[in-house]
Amino acid sequence: MSVAERPPSTDASGRGAAFHSPEAGGEPTVVQPLIFEASVPGRRAVRFPPASEAARAAAAGQPSLPASVLRAQAPHLPEVSELDLLRHFNRLSHLNHAIDLGFYPLGSCTMKYNPKVNEWAASLPGLAGSHPLDPAALSQGSLELEWLLAELLKEISGFAAVSLQPAAGAHGELTGMLMARAYHRSRGEGEQRTKVLVPDSAHGTNPATATMVGYQTVTIRSNERGGIDLEALRAALGPDTAALMITNPSTLGIFEDQIDQVVAAVREAGAISYMDGANLNAILGRFRPGEAGFDVMHFNLHKTFSTPHGGGGPGAGPVGVSERLAPFLPAPLPLLVEGDPDEVRGKAWAGRSTPGARFALEEPDARPTSIGRVRSHTGNFGMFVRAYTYIRSNGDAGLRAVSDDAVLAANYLRVRLAGAYDLPYDRICKHEVVFSGRRQKRQHGVTTLDIAKAILDHGIHPPTIYFPLIVEEALMIEPTETESLETLDRFVEIMLGIAELATSDPEALKRAPETTPVGRLDEAGAARRPDLRHVFPDAATEPD
Amino acid sequence: MAYSPHTEADHQRMLGAVGVDSIEDLFDDIPARVRATRFAIPPPLTEQEVRAELSRLADRNRIASVSFLGAGAYRHLVPSVVTEVIGRSEFATSYTPYQPEVSQGTLQSIYEFQSLICELTGMEVASASHYDGATATAEAALMACRLTRRHRIAISTAVNPQVRRVLATYCSGPGIELIEVPADLAEGGSGLTEVPSAEGLLDDSVACLVAQQPNFLGGIEPMRELADAAHAVGAQLVAVVEPTSLAMLEPPGAYGADIVAAEGQPLGIPVEFGGPYVGLMAARMESVRQMPGRLVGATRDAQGRKGYVLTLQAREQHIRRERAASNICTNQALCALAATAYLTAVGPAGLREVAERSMIQARHVASAIEAAGLGERRFETPYFAEVSVHVPDAARRHAALAERGIVAGYPLEGEYPELADTLLLAATELTTDDDVAALVAGLEAQR
Amino acid sequence: MNPDDLRYSREHEWVRVDGGEAVIGITSFAAGELGDIVFVELPEPGARLRQFASFGVVESVKAVSDLFAPISGEVTHVNTDLRERPELLNSDPFGGGWIAKVKLSDTAELDALLDSGAYAELTAG
Repeated sequence: MSVAERPPSTDASGRGAAFHSPEAGGEPTVVQPLIFEASVPGRRAVRFPPASEAARAAAAGQPSLPASVLRAQAPHLPEVSELDLLRHFNRLSHLNHAIDLGFYPLGSCTMKYNPKVNEWAASLPGLAGSHPLDPAALSQGSLELEWLLAELLKEISGFAAVSLQPAAGAHGELTGMLMARAYHRSRGEGEQRTKVLVPDSAHGTNPATATMVGYQTVTIRSNERGGIDLEALRAALGPDTAALMITNPSTLGIFEDQIDQVVAAVREAGAISYMDGANLNAILGRFRPGEAGFDVMHFNLHKTFSTPHGGGGPGAGPVGVSERLAPFLPAPLPLLVEGDPDEVRGKAWAGRSTPGARFALEEPDARPTSIGRVRSHTGNFGMFVRAYTYIRSNGDAGLRAVSDDAVLAANYLRVRLAGAYDLPYDRICKHEVVFSGRRQKRQHGVTTLDIAKAILDHGIHPPTIYFPLIVEEALMIEPTETESLETLDRFVEIMLGIAELATSDPEALKRAPETTPVGRLDEAGAARRPDLRHVFPDAATEPD
Repeated sequence: MAYSPHTEADHQRMLGAVGVDSIEDLFDDIPARVRATRFAIPPPLTEQEVRAELSRLADRNRIASVSFLGAGAYRHLVPSVVTEVIGRSEFATSYTPYQPEVSQGTLQSIYEFQSLICELTGMEVASASHYDGATATAEAALMACRLTRRHRIAISTAVNPQVRRVLATYCSGPGIELIEVPADLAEGGSGLTEVPSAEGLLDDSVACLVAQQPNFLGGIEPMRELADAAHAVGAQLVAVVEPTSLAMLEPPGAYGADIVAAEGQPLGIPVEFGGPYVGLMAARMESVRQMPGRLVGATRDAQGRKGYVLTLQAREQHIRRERAASNICTNQALCALAATAYLTAVGPAGLREVAERSMIQARHVASAIEAAGLGERRFETPYFAEVSVHVPDAARRHAALAERGIVAGYPLEGEYPELADTLLLAATELTTDDDVAALVAGLEAQR
Repeated sequence: MNPDDLRYSREHEWVRVDGGEAVIGITSFAAGELGDIVFVELPEPGARLRQFASFGVVESVKAVSDLFAPISGEVTHVNTDLRERPELLNSDPFGGGWIAKVKLSDTAELDALLDSGAYAELTAG
């Protein structure tokens, strides 16, 4: 499509007003033009100093690139001034909702405040400029930070060992399942153990991960209390079970009060118990999965540990493991090779370095039982810096208070909304609460989707919708511990108002959202006739 | 406690509404037998104290004053405007754009990213990014297995060793066999993947050949011949490319690559001890349904406004669950935004300058070392901006120089035993003539 | 609403028999459950279908579902219109949204399918 008829009062980087096409119904109106539309040949933002004559002369004697490997045509990158660039991205950013603007109660995502001192720390030149392949002597700070973070995560979770390598929660799940497989193979049971059990409330990544590792998924039903059905689990466990993957608290926001029996049953069957750590925000200081007997868990640093979600990443998904899985952790691990761990830790907690302490990465192939690498380098170090800063800022009392306040806030919303919306599991919840919009759907034809879209018009982000799958018209609300009572009360008013509108004026909800930069979008059209890139007029590849 | 706003009065009001006496009551459902018995976390720190702690750790690093280290992570200029753009909290503190009406900033920027990656690589569709280049390569190779319904993957030994290890890990799950295609590392050899060996090893049981351009040792591979060798047996070519080199080098789409993977770190992302980086993946449109990762597509709303949405989601884990192509959920959105802002900030002229300066300084340092009689290039073949140089007693000299704050590249012997006493030297547009002189002087002093 | 001349499987596929040839598709109930259909993975002509086994995939914006063959036989034609216009499965599932034509291998298999009345009962509950 082209942008036609620019209003004459704006320049190319004009305020993202609607651009109207002369042919009505043909071209869509544009909220903010693509950066390519602002491109003017010859403009540029950043320049680089030329190479010196001496450098060119020295280079001339070396082999040049043969013509056959050279690019025929320069890539169509945008040509804009630095100011136009900045205005473009600033205006795009204005089209986003974000935690820093308003309430974001997405269940299972833990949209808590992302402290800015974390950003200050991550941009310290000594940390941001540390090359992952530098000799260890130059990277003692980076290695010590990784070691200390692993120690803290071990203490928080009760696990014997931790790897920071996985880049995201799903990546941590993959790592966990690969370790489970390696464990079974090491005991000659690799062929026989083919199945992974997951509750019917599981996140989609759990069965997807099982498939990536070559396992078959078996779904176990939940009981009427919202926990996994222990009898059904026992019936499904057998010599062909590789692992159980379970979230605790569950995706219904409910603590599995038979968790010790679950873990024991899995262990007895010779299988590995995996805990999805997405809901750790509910149990800091109160429940340590490693202590409860789990074999492996992934942490989501971008949930419980406040690293920013970034519009969809980067995150980090470190894994904690029991003793029996430790030999299989990804390699290489950061190690304390000289120094007493207790002394190094103790001094670090007091803000001091330990003279003579030395860190290094494990030697390649030093631990043949390892599942190997799951990614390049040691992990998303920038997120480690942020998480470490967060944990040290909060300390023991702060982390306990995180869970206390997260659980209190969720229960507060539970009781305040329980009259207006169906509550499938009417009991004390943890850090999130799941409602059902089925009353609104059955009585007034208003779906949870309509409710979510109506919430958008109030300047806040809707809760998670249609997950978990076992709740009809699910609405999963996770306020987190960083929202004020005023924010929570306002949310309650909005939700009660929407419940009222569902009875008195359902059409208003179906029209929502009406005050956002765009309204409901044609997702079917987007999938049927995919337009996934801007095609340049003289592109080398033809449009499809 | 650090960031929660609740006062004692707030607590009392909420407890009263919930109908419990204390917060403890809300945790009654955790049986006593499973409660945590310890939580030995250090006490809280104020902002000034935590800053001191992080400064302590940062100061324990020694950032090299002169560095020729690359080997998959490169020190390029990160323009200030890029840092500014990704620092906007509307981008940083938003979630995955599942509610597109309030996420058009993220969605449109990803569409722009996808467009730019397609332009650079000459391919028809690009994903919204993966964790890093290594996992993107692994996912690309597994995608080739799904597309061809074959279960063996051939990979050149001239591909980055870390990438090869990650691929091995990803293949161990579904039991896919990896075959190594040797590079010619003999004395006087090319340092490139041997095409006849590739032809010999490829047959109709192989899903793809994975080759890197420039390869890990810096050399320019015969990618077109490798693509032909793969296609001759109905296999795919997975090309692992370096993004700044695409300002000068032929895009993989033009030489017949079927799937492209890359490490996007050089595009405006600091080296920060290995992450977060960003994996790039691109392919032909006909393969899109087997492509893992998020995709953003353009569409309209009912008022006719242009908008962007996550699309083709039926490929992904939250819908396909156990039938998903991959389990990937989080991508690296903010890093992809950095790459988008970087490519926009440098533009085609700037990216070309980055590539040219990098090439000149790589040639400058190789030439200076040879001229001083300190060593010679290990391979005669052309290279981009990284070059393998044989230097006698390399390991000792490398360690001694590191003590003095000079990192003389990457010693290759650990990963390539045939390449004893060989350093992989990388240059970028940040490499100065003084850096070259300092390295030469340093090596000289360590004779 | 469910045409009387068709037979139905419990997985919401239908069959129209015409001599030794059958036409198969999905029901309007299935299309309604899926929502806006965006993609159909069609079988190849010549493919052998087995009754009640999966033979393809249908995707909507929010869901994905296997297609299960209501009868066994060899695929003779596929409805290539569905490649460009998968929405036919929503708008005309019993007519223009047909999926494949199949040479029946065993007409006795039809006995295992439901008539329109029985199918209506199945989908009412």
